[in-house]
Amino acid sequence: MPSRKIVLRFPSQIVDKPLIYHLVKDYELMVNVLKANVNPFKEGFMVVELSGENDKYEQGLSFLREQGVRIDHLSENIVRNIERCTHCGACTDICPSGALFISRPSMEVIFDDEKCVVCGVCLKTCPVKAIEVNFNGKQ
Amino acid sequence: MGVKKTYAEINEKIKSGKVVVVTAEEIIGMVEEKGVEAVAREVDVVTTGTFGPMCSSGAFFNFGHPKPRIKMHRVWMNGVPAYTGIAAVDAYLGATELPDYDPLNSDYPGEFRYGGGHVIEDLLAGKSIKFEATGYGTDCYPRKKIETYITLDEINEAFLFNPRNAYQNYNIAVNASNKTIYTYMGTLKPNIGNAHYCSAGQLSPLLNDPYYRTIGIGTRIFLGGGVGYVGWNGTQHSPCGPRGENGVPLGGSGTLSVVGDLKQMSPQWLRGASFLGYGATLTVGIGIPIPVLDEESVRLAAVKDSEIFAPVVDYSDDYPNGTGKTLGSLSYAQLKSGVVEINGKEVSTAPLSSYVKAREIAGILKQWIVKGEFLLSEPAQTLPSADSEITFKGLQEKSAP
Ligand code: SF4
Ligand code: SF4
Repeated sequence: MPSRKIVLRFPSQIVDKPLIYHLVKDYELMVNVLKANVNPFKEGFMVVELSGENDKYEQGLSFLREQGVRIDHLSENIVRNIERCTHCGACTDICPSGALFISRPSMEVIFDDEKCVVCGVCLKTCPVKAIEVNFNGKQ
Repeated sequence: MGVKKTYAEINEKIKSGKVVVVTAEEIIGMVEEKGVEAVAREVDVVTTGTFGPMCSSGAFFNFGHPKPRIKMHRVWMNGVPAYTGIAAVDAYLGATELPDYDPLNSDYPGEFRYGGGHVIEDLLAGKSIKFEATGYGTDCYPRKKIETYITLDEINEAFLFNPRNAYQNYNIAVNASNKTIYTYMGTLKPNIGNAHYCSAGQLSPLLNDPYYRTIGIGTRIFLGGGVGYVGWNGTQHSPCGPRGENGVPLGGSGTLSVVGDLKQMSPQWLRGASFLGYGATLTVGIGIPIPVLDEESVRLAAVKDSEIFAPVVDYSDDYPNGTGKTLGSLSYAQLKSGVVEINGKEVSTAPLSSYVKAREIAGILKQWIVKGEFLLSEPAQTLPSADSEITFKGLQEKSAP
Protein backbone atom coordinates (compact mmCIF):
# COMPACT_ATOMS: atom_id res chain seq x y z
CA MET A 1 0.00 0.00 0.00
CA PRO A 2 1.57 3.29 -1.09
CA SER A 3 1.81 6.06 1.47
CA ARG A 4 2.15 9.71 0.68
CA LYS A 5 2.65 12.85 2.71
CA ILE A 6 0.46 15.80 1.84
CA VAL A 7 -0.26 19.25 3.17
CA LEU A 8 -3.91 20.19 3.69
CA ARG A 9 -5.03 23.78 4.02
CA PHE A 10 -8.65 24.45 4.78
CA PRO A 11 -10.69 27.62 5.27
CA SER A 12 -11.94 28.41 8.77
CA GLN A 13 -15.58 27.51 8.06
CA ILE A 14 -14.78 23.83 7.47
CA VAL A 15 -12.26 23.14 10.20
CA ASP A 16 -14.88 21.56 12.39
CA LYS A 17 -16.07 19.06 9.77
CA PRO A 18 -14.94 15.50 10.48
CA LEU A 19 -12.82 15.25 7.32
CA ILE A 20 -10.36 12.76 8.70
CA TYR A 21 -13.22 10.53 9.82
CA HIS A 22 -14.54 10.37 6.24
CA LEU A 23 -11.11 9.58 4.83
CA VAL A 24 -10.87 6.61 7.14
CA LYS A 25 -14.48 5.45 6.99
CA ASP A 26 -15.46 6.09 3.37
CA TYR A 27 -12.13 5.72 1.59
CA GLU A 28 -10.38 3.16 3.81
CA LEU A 29 -7.30 5.32 4.09
CA MET A 30 -4.89 5.15 6.98
CA VAL A 31 -4.25 8.64 8.27
CA ASN A 32 -1.24 9.66 10.27
CA VAL A 33 -1.30 13.30 11.31
CA LEU A 34 2.28 14.56 11.30
CA LYS A 35 1.61 18.16 12.09
CA ALA A 36 -1.56 20.14 12.64
CA ASN A 37 -2.49 23.68 13.34
CA VAL A 38 -6.23 23.86 13.52
CA ASN A 39 -7.76 27.04 14.82
CA PRO A 40 -11.53 27.51 14.39
CA PHE A 41 -11.07 31.20 13.56
CA LYS A 42 -8.25 30.85 11.09
CA GLU A 43 -7.21 28.84 8.07
CA GLY A 44 -6.34 25.33 9.21
CA PHE A 45 -3.14 23.55 8.29
CA MET A 46 -2.32 19.88 8.54
CA VAL A 47 0.45 17.63 7.34
CA VAL A 48 -0.76 14.06 7.01
CA GLU A 49 0.57 10.79 5.78
CA LEU A 50 -2.08 8.82 3.87
CA SER A 51 -1.82 5.21 2.93
CA GLY A 52 -4.37 3.15 1.02
CA GLU A 53 -5.27 1.79 -2.42
CA ASN A 54 -4.42 4.10 -5.29
CA ASP A 55 -7.97 4.64 -6.52
CA LYS A 56 -9.32 5.17 -3.00
CA TYR A 57 -6.51 7.63 -2.39
CA GLU A 58 -7.46 9.63 -5.49
CA GLN A 59 -11.16 9.52 -4.53
CA GLY A 60 -10.29 10.65 -1.03
CA LEU A 61 -8.37 13.61 -2.38
CA SER A 62 -11.27 14.54 -4.68
CA PHE A 63 -13.59 14.42 -1.69
CA LEU A 64 -11.31 16.79 0.22
CA ARG A 65 -11.11 19.19 -2.73
CA GLU A 66 -14.92 19.22 -2.98
CA GLN A 67 -15.02 20.26 0.67
CA GLY A 68 -12.83 23.25 -0.13
CA VAL A 69 -9.52 21.82 1.09
CA ARG A 70 -6.39 22.88 -0.76
CA ILE A 71 -3.97 20.00 -1.21
CA ASP A 72 -0.25 20.25 -1.74
CA HIS A 73 2.22 17.43 -2.00
CA LEU A 74 4.68 17.67 0.80
CA SER A 75 8.20 18.45 -0.10
CA GLU A 76 9.93 18.54 3.20
CA ASN A 77 13.46 19.51 3.19
CA ILE A 78 16.04 20.12 5.83
CA VAL A 79 18.08 23.26 5.68
CA ARG A 80 20.95 24.37 7.81
CA ASN A 81 20.91 28.00 8.82
CA ILE A 82 24.55 28.79 8.20
CA GLU A 83 24.30 32.01 10.25
CA ARG A 84 23.23 30.07 13.32
CA CYS A 85 25.44 27.00 12.93
CA THR A 86 28.44 27.17 15.26
CA HIS A 87 30.21 24.18 13.66
CA CYS A 88 30.16 22.47 17.03
CA GLY A 89 29.77 19.06 15.43
CA ALA A 90 27.21 17.64 17.89
CA CYS A 91 24.93 16.58 15.02
CA THR A 92 27.56 14.76 12.98
CA ASP A 93 27.55 11.38 14.68
CA ILE A 94 23.77 11.42 15.15
CA CYS A 95 22.96 11.92 11.45
CA PRO A 96 22.34 8.41 10.07
CA SER A 97 23.02 9.23 6.43
CA GLY A 98 26.29 11.10 6.69
CA ALA A 99 24.67 14.28 5.37
CA LEU A 100 26.11 16.24 8.27
CA PHE A 101 29.82 15.65 8.61
CA ILE A 102 33.07 17.26 9.68
CA SER A 103 35.56 18.27 7.06
CA ARG A 104 39.09 17.65 8.28
CA PRO A 105 41.47 19.23 9.15
CA SER A 106 39.45 22.48 9.17
CA MET A 107 36.84 20.85 11.48
CA GLU A 108 34.07 22.73 9.68
CA VAL A 109 30.70 21.04 9.66
CA ILE A 110 29.34 20.44 6.16
CA PHE A 111 25.73 19.75 5.25
CA ASP A 112 25.22 17.77 2.05
CA ASP A 113 21.50 17.90 1.33
CA GLU A 114 21.81 15.32 -1.45
CA LYS A 115 22.53 12.71 1.22
CA CYS A 116 19.86 13.89 3.68
CA VAL A 117 16.99 11.42 4.15
CA VAL A 118 14.90 13.94 6.13
CA CYS A 119 14.77 11.75 9.22
CA GLY A 120 14.65 14.85 11.39
CA VAL A 121 16.96 13.59 14.15
CA CYS A 122 19.23 16.60 13.83
CA LEU A 123 16.34 19.00 14.45
CA LYS A 124 16.27 18.20 18.13
CA THR A 125 19.94 17.40 18.51
CA CYS A 126 21.33 20.71 17.33
CA PRO A 127 21.84 22.73 20.53
CA VAL A 128 21.43 26.11 18.83
CA LYS A 129 18.55 25.12 16.53
CA ALA A 130 20.50 25.80 13.38
CA ILE A 131 18.68 23.03 11.53
CA GLU A 132 15.32 23.99 10.11
CA VAL A 133 12.67 22.11 8.24
CA ASN A 134 10.87 23.59 5.29
CA PHE A 135 7.34 22.31 4.76
CA ASN A 136 7.13 23.80 1.27
CA GLY A 137 3.94 22.46 -0.16
CA LYS A 138 4.15 22.15 -3.93
CA GLN A 139 1.18 21.38 -6.15
CA MET B 1 71.14 33.74 27.75
CA GLY B 2 67.51 32.76 28.06
CA VAL B 3 64.72 34.97 26.79
CA LYS B 4 63.05 37.21 29.39
CA LYS B 5 60.22 39.66 28.71
CA THR B 6 57.95 41.60 31.04
CA TYR B 7 54.30 42.56 30.68
CA ALA B 8 55.40 46.21 30.47
CA GLU B 9 57.78 45.49 27.58
CA ILE B 10 55.15 43.53 25.70
CA ASN B 11 52.57 46.28 26.22
CA GLU B 12 55.09 48.86 24.91
CA LYS B 13 55.43 46.76 21.77
CA ILE B 14 51.63 46.59 21.45
CA LYS B 15 51.41 50.38 21.73
CA SER B 16 54.18 50.97 19.21
CA GLY B 17 52.71 48.47 16.76
CA LYS B 18 55.76 46.15 16.90
CA VAL B 19 54.18 43.27 18.74
CA VAL B 20 54.27 39.79 17.22
CA VAL B 21 51.19 37.72 17.99
CA VAL B 22 50.40 34.17 16.90
CA THR B 23 47.58 31.82 17.81
CA ALA B 24 48.08 28.71 19.91
CA GLU B 25 47.55 26.74 16.70
CA GLU B 26 50.10 28.71 14.66
CA ILE B 27 52.80 28.43 17.31
CA ILE B 28 52.91 24.64 17.04
CA GLY B 29 54.35 24.61 13.52
CA MET B 30 56.66 27.53 14.29
CA VAL B 31 58.25 25.70 17.21
CA GLU B 32 58.63 22.53 15.16
CA GLU B 33 60.40 24.55 12.48
CA LYS B 34 62.49 27.05 14.43
CA GLY B 35 62.78 25.67 17.94
CA VAL B 36 61.60 27.06 21.26
CA GLU B 37 64.29 29.69 21.80
CA ALA B 38 63.96 31.37 18.40
CA VAL B 39 60.18 31.47 18.72
CA ALA B 40 60.45 32.90 22.25
CA ARG B 41 62.56 35.75 20.86
CA GLU B 42 60.29 36.38 17.90
CA VAL B 43 56.80 36.02 19.41
CA ASP B 44 55.41 38.20 22.21
CA VAL B 45 51.88 36.92 22.66
CA VAL B 46 50.05 33.65 22.00
CA THR B 47 46.27 33.85 21.70
CA THR B 48 43.93 31.02 22.66
CA GLY B 49 40.21 30.48 22.21
CA THR B 50 37.31 28.27 23.12
CA PHE B 51 33.62 28.24 22.21
CA GLY B 52 31.42 25.71 23.94
CA PRO B 53 28.42 25.21 26.19
CA MET B 54 29.27 26.50 29.68
CA CYS B 55 26.41 25.95 32.11
CA SER B 56 27.82 27.91 35.01
CA SER B 57 27.13 31.24 33.34
CA GLY B 58 24.70 34.08 33.82
CA ALA B 59 24.32 37.81 34.18
CA PHE B 60 23.65 40.39 36.88
CA PHE B 61 21.18 43.15 36.07
CA ASN B 62 20.01 46.36 37.60
CA PHE B 63 16.68 47.25 36.07
CA GLY B 64 16.19 50.66 37.70
CA HIS B 65 13.14 51.58 39.78
CA PRO B 66 9.66 52.18 38.44
CA LYS B 67 7.49 54.82 40.09
CA PRO B 68 6.49 54.06 42.76
CA ARG B 69 9.46 51.90 43.72
CA ILE B 70 9.38 48.12 44.15
CA LYS B 71 11.48 45.56 46.00
CA MET B 72 11.47 42.79 43.45
CA HIS B 73 10.79 39.52 45.22
CA ARG B 74 10.23 37.51 42.03
CA VAL B 75 11.43 38.42 38.54
CA TRP B 76 10.77 36.80 35.18
CA MET B 77 12.49 37.70 31.92
CA ASN B 78 10.56 36.30 28.96
CA GLY B 79 9.06 33.92 31.49
CA VAL B 80 12.42 32.72 32.81
CA PRO B 81 12.86 33.35 36.57
CA ALA B 82 15.85 35.35 37.75
CA TYR B 83 17.34 35.23 41.26
CA THR B 84 16.34 38.21 43.39
CA GLY B 85 17.84 37.48 46.79
CA ILE B 86 19.94 40.63 46.48
CA ALA B 87 19.05 44.36 46.45
CA ALA B 88 15.63 45.66 45.41
CA VAL B 89 15.98 45.97 41.64
CA ASP B 90 19.03 43.74 41.11
CA ALA B 91 18.75 40.18 39.85
CA TYR B 92 20.90 37.36 38.51
CA LEU B 93 19.72 35.39 35.52
CA GLY B 94 21.30 31.95 35.26
CA ALA B 95 21.98 30.37 31.88
CA THR B 96 20.29 27.08 32.73
CA GLU B 97 17.14 28.54 34.31
CA LEU B 98 13.89 27.44 32.66
CA PRO B 99 10.44 29.00 32.43
CA ASP B 100 7.86 27.78 34.97
CA TYR B 101 5.78 26.30 32.15
CA ASP B 102 8.57 24.16 30.65
CA PRO B 103 7.49 20.49 30.70
CA LEU B 104 11.11 19.59 31.63
CA ASN B 105 11.73 15.88 31.26
CA SER B 106 8.08 14.92 31.86
CA ASP B 107 7.86 14.48 28.09
CA TYR B 108 11.16 12.60 27.89
CA PRO B 109 13.51 13.55 26.37
CA GLY B 110 12.58 17.18 27.01
CA GLU B 111 13.58 19.78 24.47
CA PHE B 112 14.31 22.73 26.79
CA ARG B 113 13.88 25.12 23.90
CA TYR B 114 14.17 28.35 25.87
CA GLY B 115 16.11 29.17 29.00
CA GLY B 116 18.24 31.83 30.64
CA GLY B 117 20.94 31.54 27.98
CA HIS B 118 18.38 32.28 25.29
CA VAL B 119 17.20 35.38 27.18
CA ILE B 120 20.80 36.62 27.24
CA GLU B 121 21.15 35.96 23.50
CA ASP B 122 17.85 37.77 22.77
CA LEU B 123 18.92 40.79 24.84
CA LEU B 124 22.19 40.94 22.92
CA ALA B 125 20.30 40.71 19.64
CA GLY B 126 18.52 43.93 20.65
CA LYS B 127 15.19 42.23 21.21
CA SER B 128 12.58 43.53 23.59
CA ILE B 129 12.16 41.18 26.56
CA LYS B 130 8.98 40.78 28.57
CA PHE B 131 9.79 41.79 32.13
CA GLU B 132 7.60 40.85 35.09
CA ALA B 133 8.24 41.39 38.76
CA THR B 134 6.29 41.03 41.96
CA GLY B 135 7.05 42.40 45.42
CA TYR B 136 5.46 42.04 48.84
CA GLY B 137 5.37 45.80 49.44
CA THR B 138 7.30 47.71 52.11
CA ASP B 139 7.05 51.25 53.40
CA CYS B 140 9.96 52.31 51.21
CA TYR B 141 9.09 50.03 48.27
CA PRO B 142 5.29 49.99 48.13
CA ARG B 143 4.73 48.64 44.62
CA LYS B 144 3.67 45.00 44.33
CA LYS B 145 3.70 44.26 40.64
CA ILE B 146 5.10 45.45 37.37
CA GLU B 147 4.84 44.13 33.84
CA THR B 148 6.72 45.85 31.05
CA TYR B 149 9.18 45.36 28.20
CA ILE B 150 12.89 46.05 28.38
CA THR B 151 15.87 46.10 26.05
CA LEU B 152 19.54 45.84 27.00
CA ASP B 153 20.06 49.55 26.28
CA GLU B 154 17.29 50.57 28.66
CA ILE B 155 18.60 48.97 31.83
CA ASN B 156 21.32 50.39 34.05
CA GLU B 157 23.85 47.61 34.32
CA ALA B 158 24.12 44.21 32.76
CA PHE B 159 27.25 42.23 33.30
CA LEU B 160 28.02 38.66 32.57
CA PHE B 161 29.36 36.86 35.64
CA ASN B 162 30.11 33.23 35.00
CA PRO B 163 31.15 31.22 38.07
CA ARG B 164 32.75 28.41 36.08
CA ASN B 165 33.97 28.58 32.49
CA ALA B 166 36.82 27.39 30.32
CA TYR B 167 37.35 23.99 31.92
CA GLN B 168 41.00 23.13 31.45
CA ASN B 169 40.21 19.66 30.11
CA TYR B 170 37.13 17.46 30.08
CA ASN B 171 35.74 13.95 29.97
CA ILE B 172 35.04 12.00 26.82
CA ALA B 173 31.46 10.79 27.23
CA VAL B 174 30.25 7.36 26.10
CA ASN B 175 27.24 5.21 26.90
CA ALA B 176 27.87 1.56 27.74
CA SER B 177 24.22 0.76 28.44
CA ASN B 178 21.88 -0.73 25.87
CA LYS B 179 19.62 2.31 25.42
CA THR B 180 20.20 5.83 24.11
CA ILE B 181 20.89 8.38 26.85
CA TYR B 182 20.50 12.17 26.78
CA THR B 183 23.14 14.08 28.69
CA TYR B 184 24.82 17.45 28.95
CA MET B 185 27.41 15.80 26.70
CA GLY B 186 24.77 15.34 24.00
CA THR B 187 22.89 12.29 22.78
CA LEU B 188 24.93 9.16 23.47
CA LYS B 189 24.13 6.04 21.50
CA PRO B 190 23.92 2.64 23.21
CA ASN B 191 26.74 0.10 23.44
CA ILE B 192 29.40 2.80 23.13
CA GLY B 193 27.88 3.83 19.80
CA ASN B 194 29.61 7.21 19.82
CA ALA B 195 31.99 9.31 21.92
CA HIS B 196 31.54 13.02 22.63
CA TYR B 197 34.26 15.37 23.76
CA CYS B 198 34.17 19.04 24.65
CA SER B 199 37.39 21.02 24.46
CA ALA B 200 39.24 23.11 21.93
CA GLY B 201 42.32 21.02 22.80
CA GLN B 202 45.49 22.72 21.58
CA LEU B 203 43.66 26.07 21.26
CA SER B 204 42.01 25.99 24.68
CA PRO B 205 43.21 28.69 27.13
CA LEU B 206 44.17 26.70 30.21
CA LEU B 207 45.72 23.85 28.22
CA ASN B 208 48.26 26.37 26.95
CA ASP B 209 49.06 27.65 30.43
CA PRO B 210 48.69 24.44 32.43
CA TYR B 211 50.11 25.80 35.70
CA TYR B 212 48.34 29.21 35.48
CA ARG B 213 51.61 31.12 35.21
CA THR B 214 49.94 34.07 33.48
CA ILE B 215 46.19 33.43 33.51
CA GLY B 216 45.08 34.70 36.91
CA ILE B 217 42.81 37.12 38.72
CA GLY B 218 42.59 40.30 36.68
CA THR B 219 43.70 38.84 33.34
CA ARG B 220 42.04 40.78 30.52
CA ILE B 221 40.29 38.45 28.07
CA PHE B 222 37.97 38.21 25.07
CA LEU B 223 34.57 37.40 26.55
CA GLY B 224 31.47 36.92 24.45
CA GLY B 225 32.77 39.28 21.76
CA GLY B 226 33.68 42.03 24.25
CA VAL B 227 36.43 42.60 26.76
CA GLY B 228 36.18 40.84 30.09
CA TYR B 229 38.34 39.74 32.98
CA VAL B 230 39.15 36.67 34.97
CA GLY B 231 37.49 37.41 38.33
CA TRP B 232 38.59 34.43 40.39
CA ASN B 233 39.30 30.78 39.88
CA GLY B 234 36.12 29.03 38.76
CA THR B 235 34.04 26.78 40.97
CA GLN B 236 35.30 23.18 41.06
CA HIS B 237 38.81 24.48 40.31
CA SER B 238 40.81 21.37 41.02
CA PRO B 239 44.44 21.82 39.97
CA CYS B 240 45.97 18.95 41.95
CA GLY B 241 44.73 16.01 39.89
CA PRO B 242 47.03 13.84 37.76
CA ARG B 243 49.04 15.55 35.03
CA GLY B 244 51.12 14.28 32.16
CA GLU B 245 54.89 14.80 31.93
CA ASN B 246 54.21 18.00 29.98
CA GLY B 247 52.20 19.36 32.92
CA VAL B 248 48.89 19.04 31.10
CA PRO B 249 46.08 17.74 33.34
CA LEU B 250 44.71 14.34 32.35
CA GLY B 251 41.14 15.29 33.35
CA GLY B 252 38.94 18.29 34.26
CA SER B 253 41.29 20.29 36.52
CA GLY B 254 41.36 24.13 36.46
CA THR B 255 38.44 26.48 35.76
CA LEU B 256 37.90 30.22 35.52
CA SER B 257 35.30 32.61 36.80
CA VAL B 258 34.92 35.45 34.31
CA VAL B 259 33.15 38.80 34.25
CA GLY B 260 32.49 41.46 31.65
CA ASP B 261 30.08 44.13 30.42
CA LEU B 262 27.22 42.38 28.64
CA LYS B 263 26.43 45.55 26.70
CA GLN B 264 29.71 45.20 24.79
CA MET B 265 29.10 41.58 23.89
CA SER B 266 27.49 40.01 20.84
CA PRO B 267 24.92 37.26 20.24
CA GLN B 268 27.43 35.70 17.88
CA TRP B 269 29.64 34.78 20.85
CA LEU B 270 27.02 34.15 23.54
CA ARG B 271 24.41 31.74 22.27
CA GLY B 272 21.53 30.09 24.03
CA ALA B 273 21.68 26.32 23.64
CA SER B 274 19.37 23.37 24.36
CA PHE B 275 20.49 19.85 25.13
CA LEU B 276 17.85 17.26 24.41
CA GLY B 277 16.79 15.50 27.62
CA TYR B 278 19.13 17.62 29.72
CA GLY B 279 18.41 21.32 29.76
CA ALA B 280 19.20 24.77 28.47
CA THR B 281 22.55 26.50 28.70
CA LEU B 282 24.73 29.19 27.18
CA THR B 283 27.47 28.71 24.63
CA VAL B 284 30.26 31.07 25.58
CA GLY B 285 33.18 32.35 23.52
CA ILE B 286 36.37 33.04 25.47
CA GLY B 287 39.82 34.01 24.23
CA ILE B 288 42.82 34.54 26.49
CA PRO B 289 46.20 36.01 25.55
CA ILE B 290 49.31 34.39 26.94
CA PRO B 291 52.37 36.63 27.12
CA VAL B 292 55.67 35.07 26.13
CA LEU B 293 57.69 35.83 29.26
CA ASP B 294 60.36 33.21 28.60
CA GLU B 295 61.05 29.98 26.72
CA GLU B 296 58.88 28.06 29.13
CA SER B 297 55.86 30.10 27.97
CA VAL B 298 56.53 28.94 24.41
CA ARG B 299 57.15 25.33 25.36
CA LEU B 300 53.82 25.19 27.20
CA ALA B 301 51.82 27.08 24.56
CA ALA B 302 53.18 24.86 21.78
CA VAL B 303 51.31 21.88 23.21
CA LYS B 304 49.49 19.98 20.49
CA ASP B 305 46.41 17.78 20.32
CA SER B 306 48.47 14.58 20.26
CA GLU B 307 49.97 15.52 23.65
CA ILE B 308 46.69 16.29 25.42
CA PHE B 309 44.74 13.35 26.86
CA ALA B 310 41.23 13.06 28.28
CA PRO B 311 39.53 10.22 30.17
CA VAL B 312 36.75 8.13 28.60
CA VAL B 313 33.81 8.00 31.00
CA ASP B 314 30.62 5.94 30.86
CA TYR B 315 27.74 8.38 31.31
CA SER B 316 25.18 5.60 31.76
CA ASP B 317 26.72 4.34 35.00
CA ASP B 318 30.16 5.48 36.17
CA TYR B 319 29.42 9.18 35.79
CA PRO B 320 25.93 9.34 37.36
CA ASN B 321 26.99 7.06 40.21
CA GLY B 322 30.32 8.78 40.71
CA THR B 323 32.36 5.57 40.68
CA GLY B 324 35.44 7.38 39.41
CA LYS B 325 36.06 4.58 36.91
CA THR B 326 37.27 5.39 33.42
CA LEU B 327 37.46 3.33 30.24
CA GLY B 328 40.91 4.54 29.29
CA SER B 329 42.18 7.77 27.84
CA LEU B 330 42.49 9.25 24.35
CA SER B 331 44.31 12.21 22.84
CA TYR B 332 42.55 15.10 21.14
CA ALA B 333 44.38 14.20 17.94
CA GLN B 334 42.70 10.79 18.05
CA LEU B 335 39.34 12.34 18.94
CA LYS B 336 39.54 14.90 16.14
CA SER B 337 40.28 12.19 13.57
CA GLY B 338 36.62 11.16 13.90
CA VAL B 339 37.18 7.53 14.87
CA VAL B 340 38.73 6.10 18.04
CA GLU B 341 39.09 2.69 19.58
CA ILE B 342 37.35 2.05 22.91
CA ASN B 343 37.22 -1.42 24.47
CA GLY B 344 38.59 -2.85 21.23
CA LYS B 345 35.75 -1.36 19.20
CA GLU B 346 35.83 1.40 16.57
CA VAL B 347 33.72 4.33 17.75
CA SER B 348 32.89 7.54 15.92
CA THR B 349 33.46 10.79 17.76
CA ALA B 350 31.84 14.20 17.73
CA PRO B 351 32.77 17.41 19.53
CA LEU B 352 30.40 19.71 21.39
CA SER B 353 32.81 22.61 21.49
CA SER B 354 33.43 24.34 18.17
CA TYR B 355 37.05 24.20 17.05
CA VAL B 356 36.18 26.44 14.09
CA LYS B 357 34.88 29.18 16.40
CA ALA B 358 37.76 28.70 18.87
CA ARG B 359 40.16 29.38 16.00
CA GLU B 360 38.13 32.42 14.98
CA ILE B 361 38.24 33.81 18.54
CA ALA B 362 42.01 33.31 18.81
CA GLY B 363 42.27 35.15 15.46
CA ILE B 364 40.07 38.07 16.57
CA LEU B 365 42.02 38.48 19.80
CA LYS B 366 45.24 38.42 17.79
CA GLN B 367 43.91 41.24 15.60
CA TRP B 368 42.85 43.31 18.62
CA ILE B 369 46.36 43.06 20.05
CA VAL B 370 48.13 43.69 16.75
CA LYS B 371 46.00 46.80 16.20
CA GLY B 372 46.96 48.10 19.65
CA GLU B 373 43.39 47.94 20.95
CA PHE B 374 43.99 45.36 23.65
CA LEU B 375 46.76 45.47 26.25
CA LEU B 376 47.78 42.57 28.45
CA SER B 377 47.22 42.75 32.19
CA GLU B 378 49.41 41.08 34.76
CA PRO B 379 47.34 39.07 37.22
CA ALA B 380 46.72 40.78 40.56
CA GLN B 381 46.98 37.31 42.05
CA THR B 382 47.72 33.95 40.50
CA LEU B 383 45.28 31.04 40.69
CA PRO B 384 45.84 28.09 43.03
CA SER B 385 48.01 25.64 41.10
CA ALA B 386 49.24 22.06 41.34
CA ASP B 387 51.02 22.79 44.65
CA SER B 388 47.92 24.26 46.35
CA GLU B 389 46.82 21.01 48.01
CA ILE B 390 43.22 21.71 47.01
CA THR B 391 41.16 18.54 47.25
CA PHE B 392 38.02 17.94 45.28
CA LYS B 393 35.15 17.25 47.66
CA GLY B 394 31.88 15.43 47.19
CA LEU B 395 28.79 16.16 49.25
CA GLN B 396 28.40 13.95 52.30
CA GLU B 397 24.99 12.95 53.61
CA LYS B 398 24.90 13.30 57.40
CA SER B 399 22.39 13.42 60.19
CA ALA B 400 22.05 16.64 62.25
CA PRO B 401 25.22 17.31 64.27
S1 SF4 C 1 17.37 15.01 8.66
FE1 SF4 C 1 18.40 13.09 9.21
S2 SF4 C 1 19.58 12.57 7.38
FE2 SF4 C 1 19.01 14.72 7.15
S3 SF4 C 1 20.75 15.84 8.00
FE3 SF4 C 1 19.28 15.59 9.67
S4 SF4 C 1 19.95 13.73 10.73
FE4 SF4 C 1 20.95 13.72 8.71
S1 SF4 D 1 24.73 20.64 15.92
FE1 SF4 D 1 23.87 22.50 14.97
S2 SF4 D 1 25.38 24.11 15.42
FE2 SF4 D 1 26.40 22.15 15.77
S3 SF4 D 1 27.37 21.69 13.81
FE3 SF4 D 1 25.38 20.67 13.77
S4 SF4 D 1 24.04 22.18 12.79
FE4 SF4 D 1 25.86 23.29 13.37
